[in-house]
Amino acid sequence: MTAFDEMFPGASGPRRPYASYDQWLKDQDPGRLTEKMRDAESVFRKTGITFAVYGEEEAAERLIPFDIVPRIISGNEWRRLTLGIEQRVQALNAFLDDIYHRQEILRSGRLPRELIANNVAFLPEMIGLRPPAGVYTHIIGVDIVRISEDEFYVLEDNARTPSGVSYMLENRETMMQLFPELFKRVKVRPVENYPQLLRQSLAAVKPNNVAGAPTIAVLTPGSFNSAYFEHAFLADQMGVQLVEGQDLRVVDGHVAMRTTEGYKQIDVLYRRVDDDYLDPLTFRADSALGVPGIMDVYRAGNITIANAPGTGIADDKAIYSYMPEIIEFYTGRKPILGNIPTWRCSDPSSLSYVQEHLHELVVKEVHGSGGYGMLVGPAASKKEREAFAKKLAARPSNYIAQPTLSLSTCPILTEKGLAPRHVDLRPFVLVSDRIQIVPGGLTRVALKEGSLVVNSSQGGGTKDTWVLDD
Amino acid sequence: MLLGRTANGLYWMSRYIERADNMARLIDAGLRMALTRTQNASEEWNSVLLSAGADVAFSQKYTEYTASEVSDFLLRDTSNPSSVISSIETARGNARMVRTALTRETWESINEAWMSLKRLLASPIDERELPKVLDAIKRETALIRGSFFGTMLRNEIFDFYQIGTYIERADNTARILDVKYYVLLPSISWVGSTLDNYQWESILRSVSAHRSYRWVYDADYKPSNIADYLILNSRMPRSLTFSYRFITEHLRALAQDYGELHSSHTMSERIYSKLKNGSIKEIFDTGLHEFLNDFICDNQVLGDQVALDYSFH
Repeated sequence: MTAFDEMFPGASGPRRPYASYDQWLKDQDPGRLTEKMRDAESVFRKTGITFAVYGEEEAAERLIPFDIVPRIISGNEWRRLTLGIEQRVQALNAFLDDIYHRQEILRSGRLPRELIANNVAFLPEMIGLRPPAGVYTHIIGVDIVRISEDEFYVLEDNARTPSGVSYMLENRETMMQLFPELFKRVKVRPVENYPQLLRQSLAAVKPNNVAGAPTIAVLTPGSFNSAYFEHAFLADQMGVQLVEGQDLRVVDGHVAMRTTEGYKQIDVLYRRVDDDYLDPLTFRADSALGVPGIMDVYRAGNITIANAPGTGIADDKAIYSYMPEIIEFYTGRKPILGNIPTWRCSDPSSLSYVQEHLHELVVKEVHGSGGYGMLVGPAASKKEREAFAKKLAARPSNYIAQPTLSLSTCPILTEKGLAPRHVDLRPFVLVSDRIQIVPGGLTRVALKEGSLVVNSSQGGGTKDTWVLDD
Repeated sequence: MLLGRTANGLYWMSRYIERADNMARLIDAGLRMALTRTQNASEEWNSVLLSAGADVAFSQKYTEYTASEVSDFLLRDTSNPSSVISSIETARGNARMVRTALTRETWESINEAWMSLKRLLASPIDERELPKVLDAIKRETALIRGSFFGTMLRNEIFDFYQIGTYIERADNTARILDVKYYVLLPSISWVGSTLDNYQWESILRSVSAHRSYRWVYDADYKPSNIADYLILNSRMPRSLTFSYRFITEHLRALAQDYGELHSSHTMSERIYSKLKNGSIKEIFDTGLHEFLNDFICDNQVLGDQVALDYSFH
């Protein structure tokens, strides 16, 4: 299985979007590039752009490896992606509104009822509740993979609390510091206004009863969270407070933060805390990360929570397999961006197919994320497959399976020069009274030769993603 | 607007940076004394530990008071919460928590200090290398202070940082004096033996004031002058009066900013005016030890009151 390389698809030289970069690269002294690679690492370490890997005490703070070869997307390719993403995001929000209100999609029989009824991501507390401005999922990261020149697929919709946008911004910042001359030569569309857009977008969905500019805050689980750097970064860049559960309480029907001058009302909360931990009075009683009573304030329409609680039902991996139907149901059109064919193991005939073809499939947990608990059939040993088969047989409805796609590759700089590695792409989408997509996103790259797992927790790295202004 | 938790983080971040710096000076002075007085080095190290407030914890771990044991405990021991390594870890943890309140340069200077000191203190330090290590600690903390002063807005964030710095510094200076108060008492001092001279120099050295003392007073060490210098001199940057000038100034700035006076304001004004209007004779008459004891206690109560008044918790 040879993968499509986005820079050098054949022997005939670089693809068009890479032409100008390739020319520049040819003029570079390899020694200088290696040096720049080291510079980049020290910049990241100095600024503390680190993430935590759960369960690894020694490496409490690690860097996500950064590769200095950019991933380049032409203006045309981007336009097509944008249309597909917009359509998808519209459908996701319409689906959420429907599923927590009239449930037309279930009535019509397009989606089986048990998929919702037995799903832990479905929050009964949200039934009949319409969030301010009717937006459920405000910030979305859509994971996209490419197979060939023309084939893009959506791998996953991250509609809860997608992370990685700070890497998109820091990667660009670092590239501009390392290679300023490159940005003169190649016209790359900017991404650095993302924090401003995020702030405007959050302000636009403030509660109806807030007259002036709303007070916005970012809620983080705290400095031990793996994405803490990003939480602090976004709060800082937006110029809003970074709060923890311990700073917040409900005062006079509003959520308020403890300041040096007493409690101050918050109108819009960009929360990076999971649903389960949001309100110990409603969800997990042992949570110290949330705000007791925030759901009452939310129900009274006195705060915007972004993303709304219960959006997980839209990016659940079992729901994912129905996305083509969902998009058609709410937008009346065929999906512009395709889904990857998916076997739901809850279905007995699919299960037996998956069990027989474990060696060629990727099997994922329905509620898993971060590359944990998944099996890449072709890469797994016989022993690993056997162990996984047992788990699968015990709880089939906990799994879905997909064909092992030959993800496109993009070169990275190794000690021996350029070498192709598999990549994916996560563009970031903001939804308020409009949909905005910053031209770019996070390109994740599997640094191990041949590996298809791009997650940072599994040894993946990142690249700067360029959308050309052509 | 500032979160109470952020104010708390800034306050402790600056206290621990100051503490790391003070610890290096203290060890520096101890090292010097041990070099000049070989017979009684262990006594000298004991008073270094007392000044650092680490004597009890040390004695649970060690029986001998030597340069390598004491400096290891004060520099590298992670079970000692006030060791340089623990202090810089705590300072950096707090900085990370309040990161949105810091300029990029300030954050980076703290993060870099943490990286370089962690590396420097990773393995036991050869006695011959100690001076170099102590210099590096002082340099790192000076870099943090420099970037903080050079880039931070003069607002409430700056005020809480400064209050933390000076409460820690005043506490440190008062402790150093209290451990050695007996060598400053007139009954012994007027003899002025060589031994006393060493002791006096050691006090000045531990606050890096042995040279500036000579610019301000006579070349000779006189106990009352030394006490005056470290307690009452308003230009000496590590004196109690100097520290309280800044604590009071920054508390006043907060009162003006927020338009509200708290108990901590009354307390700091009271302590400051006692220092400003006090004389060294008066202090010696009422008892130096008693004076210092009261001061250390008041200083701590003020810190707690600031935390209360500004909703740190």
